[in-house]
Amino acid sequence: MAEENIICTFCGSVCDDGLFDTEKFKSKRLCKLGSSKFSKKERIKAPMIDGKEVSYEEAIEKAAEILVNAKKPLLYGWASTVNEAIRLGVILTEKVRGVYDQCASVCHAPGTLAVIEEGLPGGSLGAIKNRADVVVFWGSNPMEAHPRHGMRYSISAKGLLIKDRKQRKVIVVDVRPTKTAKVADEFIQIKPGYDYLIISALRAIISGNADAVPDEVGGVSKEKLVELAETMKNAKYGAILYGLGVTQSRGRDRNIENAVKLIQLLNRHTRWIIWPMRGHYNVVGAGEVPTWEVGYQYAIDFSRGYPRFSPAEFSAVEVLKRKDCDAALVIASDPAAHFPKAAVKHLKNIPVIQIDPFPNMTTLVANVVIPSAVAGLEAEGTAYRMDGIPLRVKKVVETNYWSDEQILEKLLEKVEELKR
Amino acid sequence: MLEVEVISGRTLNQGATVEEKLTEEYFNAVNYAELSEDDWNALGLQEGDRVKVKTEFGEVVVFAKKGDMPKGMIFIPMGPYANMVIDPATDGTGMPQFKGVKGTVEKTDEKVLSVKELLEAI
Repeated sequence: MAEENIICTFCGSVCDDGLFDTEKFKSKRLCKLGSSKFSKKERIKAPMIDGKEVSYEEAIEKAAEILVNAKKPLLYGWASTVNEAIRLGVILTEKVRGVYDQCASVCHAPGTLAVIEEGLPGGSLGAIKNRADVVVFWGSNPMEAHPRHGMRYSISAKGLLIKDRKQRKVIVVDVRPTKTAKVADEFIQIKPGYDYLIISALRAIISGNADAVPDEVGGVSKEKLVELAETMKNAKYGAILYGLGVTQSRGRDRNIENAVKLIQLLNRHTRWIIWPMRGHYNVVGAGEVPTWEVGYQYAIDFSRGYPRFSPAEFSAVEVLKRKDCDAALVIASDPAAHFPKAAVKHLKNIPVIQIDPFPNMTTLVANVVIPSAVAGLEAEGTAYRMDGIPLRVKKVVETNYWSDEQILEKLLEKVEELKR
Repeated sequence: MLEVEVISGRTLNQGATVEEKLTEEYFNAVNYAELSEDDWNALGLQEGDRVKVKTEFGEVVVFAKKGDMPKGMIFIPMGPYANMVIDPATDGTGMPQFKGVKGTVEKTDEKVLSVKELLEAI
């Protein structure tokens, strides 16, 4: 039996304890999401131009032409590939004077904006596992989005100081009773869009201004809020792990900003951290790599030859809604499925290049399709786990597919050649 | 017809099929709306029925499912169906409002479009 250790490349938990049987093509220990990632499924068979199969070289040449001939191409995706590929992508975007944006733009980017304003009192997943006696999942549902997070780090995980599930109080704040709410010690149901107000109420109570709080805030009684504030103050090490329930609803970045202020206040009494439950396995890299390359996490415009950051203008959804790009390169992502209708519309009207291992809705609108190897299975590289820990994902299976890094290297070379 | 608040989000099945978007499995994982039992009864729904969800931003026909939802709120898994009706405004952040969009839901005889048909309709 040929069993290899693998690091899972599905969600932001990037589980590093997986096993993969290369003969049976089957994984062990991974969750439903990881097992599906490491299983046989339909692939894009060969590179294509307008539906016709071509060689990698021909497809890359055509892609380079599209990018060079465009006035302002959008280069979007990046969350499901490795840092080495993202680095090349940032350089490529600068070369073609395009817009770099990544999946966080429709995921955790509001948290990024909040961090710019307030900083991030954070900690690693290891610290949560070892120390956290109170964990609050706020608008996050790891039982469906990060299925092993709870057992490895945040719910039933046993650590240095927290040796038993009973020693950790798990609270879920959400608008509906999610699967995570069902395994929590307490579920606090709130009205959608009322996160900001509830966080403000908690801040008021903790800072000794409970008098200012009305009897009910966002569907939660004052009594309950006082109880939650007490639990938070009395924690030895608390963690708010927030999800898209907070970033994708009314208030967005301001919700996180307010939550960070709550954490700062709690840190006058005890130790608390706050951290986003990042979705794709390397969505952190899709933000960190451009940050070390050009200073910004997302929504970066290079059309003037230098980087400018402005999510109101240069985020993919805004650029597409405004029809402010005349070509797109989509890598390791599927905006045709995950963007609002108003943004998808323009994507259908411009030349689109897709780099992805699997056919998806963007494939249906793409003019040039370049299939790639699956990182963590057929290609290696570095990814950042949701808490920023870099992990080296492995290649355990041979393939004829080119890796994202190989494709981008060649594409960059071609672009430079055409620009000469 | 009922007035509801539409939310979208991940589910285990959506995640497990997200790399197989052109398959029946993905279609089944994202093409429904979960309603509370009260709302289900108010619309007189039965297993296999379809509903039309309408917001200021669009409309979509999906299968109806009874779920553990608060009254007046429906959940559509993140994906192309939910994205037909969510609010594309980003308030300067780049992030559309995928959750908490006011709309209506009603029983319908119209068919649920496939992923491909949905893309063509945009």
